[in-house]
Amino acid sequence: MRIVCCLKQVPDTKNIRLDPVTNTLSRDGVVSIMNPYDRHALEEGVRLKERFGGTVVALTMGPPQAEEMLREAVSCGADEAVLVSDRAFAGSDTWATTYTLTMAIKAIGGCELVLCGKQAIDGDTAQVGPGLAQRLDFAYASYARKIHALQDNALLVQRMMDDGYDELRVSLPALLTVVKEINEPRIPSLKGKMRAKKVEVLRLDAAAIAADPACLGLAGSPTKVFRVFAPEFRGERTMLVGSAQEQVRQLAAILEAAV
Amino acid sequence: MDYFLTEEQQMIVDVARQITEEKIIPCRAELDEKEEFPASIIRDIAQADLAGLYIAEQYGGYGGGTFDIVLALEQLARGCVGIATSFAANALGAYPIILAGDETMKERYLPMIARGEKLVAFALTEANAGSDASGIQTTAVLDGDHWVLNGTKQWITNGGEANFYSVIAITDRSKGPRGASMFVVEDTDVGFSYGQKEKKLGIRASSTRELIFTNCRIPNDRMIGRPGSGFITVMKTLDKSRPGIAILGVGLAQAALDEAAVYAKQRVQFGKPIIAFQAVQHLLADMAIQTEAARALVYQAAKHIDAHPHDMSKASSMCKVFATDVAMKVTVDAVQVLGGYGYMRDYPVEKMMRDAKILQIYEGTNQIQRNVIGQALNKEYIV
Repeated sequence: MRIVCCLKQVPDTKNIRLDPVTNTLSRDGVVSIMNPYDRHALEEGVRLKERFGGTVVALTMGPPQAEEMLREAVSCGADEAVLVSDRAFAGSDTWATTYTLTMAIKAIGGCELVLCGKQAIDGDTAQVGPGLAQRLDFAYASYARKIHALQDNALLVQRMMDDGYDELRVSLPALLTVVKEINEPRIPSLKGKMRAKKVEVLRLDAAAIAADPACLGLAGSPTKVFRVFAPEFRGERTMLVGSAQEQVRQLAAILEAAV
Repeated sequence: MDYFLTEEQQMIVDVARQITEEKIIPCRAELDEKEEFPASIIRDIAQADLAGLYIAEQYGGYGGGTFDIVLALEQLARGCVGIATSFAANALGAYPIILAGDETMKERYLPMIARGEKLVAFALTEANAGSDASGIQTTAVLDGDHWVLNGTKQWITNGGEANFYSVIAITDRSKGPRGASMFVVEDTDVGFSYGQKEKKLGIRASSTRELIFTNCRIPNDRMIGRPGSGFITVMKTLDKSRPGIAILGVGLAQAALDEAAVYAKQRVQFGKPIIAFQAVQHLLADMAIQTEAARALVYQAAKHIDAHPHDMSKASSMCKVFATDVAMKVTVDAVQVLGGYGYMRDYPVEKMMRDAKILQIYEGTNQIQRNVIGQALNKEYIV
């Protein structure tokens, strides 16, 4: 089974700041990390390889420095690393991103399974996984929390729901997005780190994936951002005390005063 | 301070540090409180290829030396000395096989240990044989093609958790120190059982237990080395392993210094962070000086041992004494910097102080180490 794990390099949210003037992310001195949900996707890919055989491809669309994250993925068990990088991809929304990733997966010869984290911790859209499945025309399940078995060219998958879970049979080729409950990612191994140092990262630009320039980057993104702002901190609050009756009376008085 | 590590050495540090930060620190307090063996962390260490760090490549290991294992243990000890001890005890158990075992024995045991599938422990101490190893009472008697062991080993690290045990027993009492031999006992051997699990002051995540041999029959090819070579193997093993204990002291002292310095910057009294007071600054400065000096000595001793395998004792004992005495002092001072908070279990320094004490006792007390150093000096100076 050829498994593509889609990974995104994101700013570490532990030390994120907004520039108060421009209202954009201040990236100065902010450490980039592999999106935490994607670490689980990668780990699951490596575990599936260990269970059923195959290869794991770590794939990312991003700036040249995302190569560092791909090497980390190799140190954690990925066999190949693919960096899809071109200035033309800058400003992509999820629509343009799924197009670019689709063309990249086709350019490397396709695969039987794509694994993504359920969402990235910077954009938080959770749209790239499902969008990519649609464009690839793959069967799709989100929020996978367990993969039981591979049977008759299908995966038996548990999908986490608000009030329990679904048991699904997902035929291959397929795309799954995973939740953090699915596994505990491993620490890079010593041998993995040595391999990561030497691995040749495949770089693909817009021409290499035969992409239509009109569908890429800002030009290919229907999402337009009009304004970005930091919500004001509103810390004032009043605690009502006393018996339930007294509290209701106080609340009614406050409401009355407000209208 | 920059110790000019090679790229490979830095990788060992990075891998071990990540295990400490992601796996050890989040659960060290709970394992200490419950006195629970860190089985899953030992598996994480193996998965990261650290289990075979000191084992030759031909047996599936990394082929590293004392300095490589020292680098890994330092980082693990920053997280928890109990967990680091549980890992380090494997090297102590495996060294007799590495140093004195024949080829068949190495091929049988070392690959499983290198992969981390099996754990191994070292069994020397008995009720009447601590610092004076000649007091050993466990015996092994040849009966046909089997050795029959009888006796009780005490305070065995990884007892009950390890699969294999390197055990010293008397095979010929009339020969004195030359009448002891080492054997590998497996956990499934008939006549082998475990006694009580000890309740300890510190390193409570590590298992410390009695081993009981009651007519325990083992095939005669389980003897490590020649009959009568047991004491020599034990001494060489301890010479080789002591820098591993020394570096646990360095990792622990560094962790205590880190906690104390961060606290001193945040804790405000009399309108200032307490790090602004000279009394606190001098405490921290002494902690930093001692820790760095200990690190430099242990690193250098480890490199010396790798380069001079026949001249290990003095360097090994010197670094063990110095670094573990430093660990005791630095952890006590860290509790002092944190004051009342440091004494509470909500902060990690009280555990660090409890964990430090064993370092001055096990693998040869620091008094015995000074004997070793003194004897080496006596030999060195010829007048």
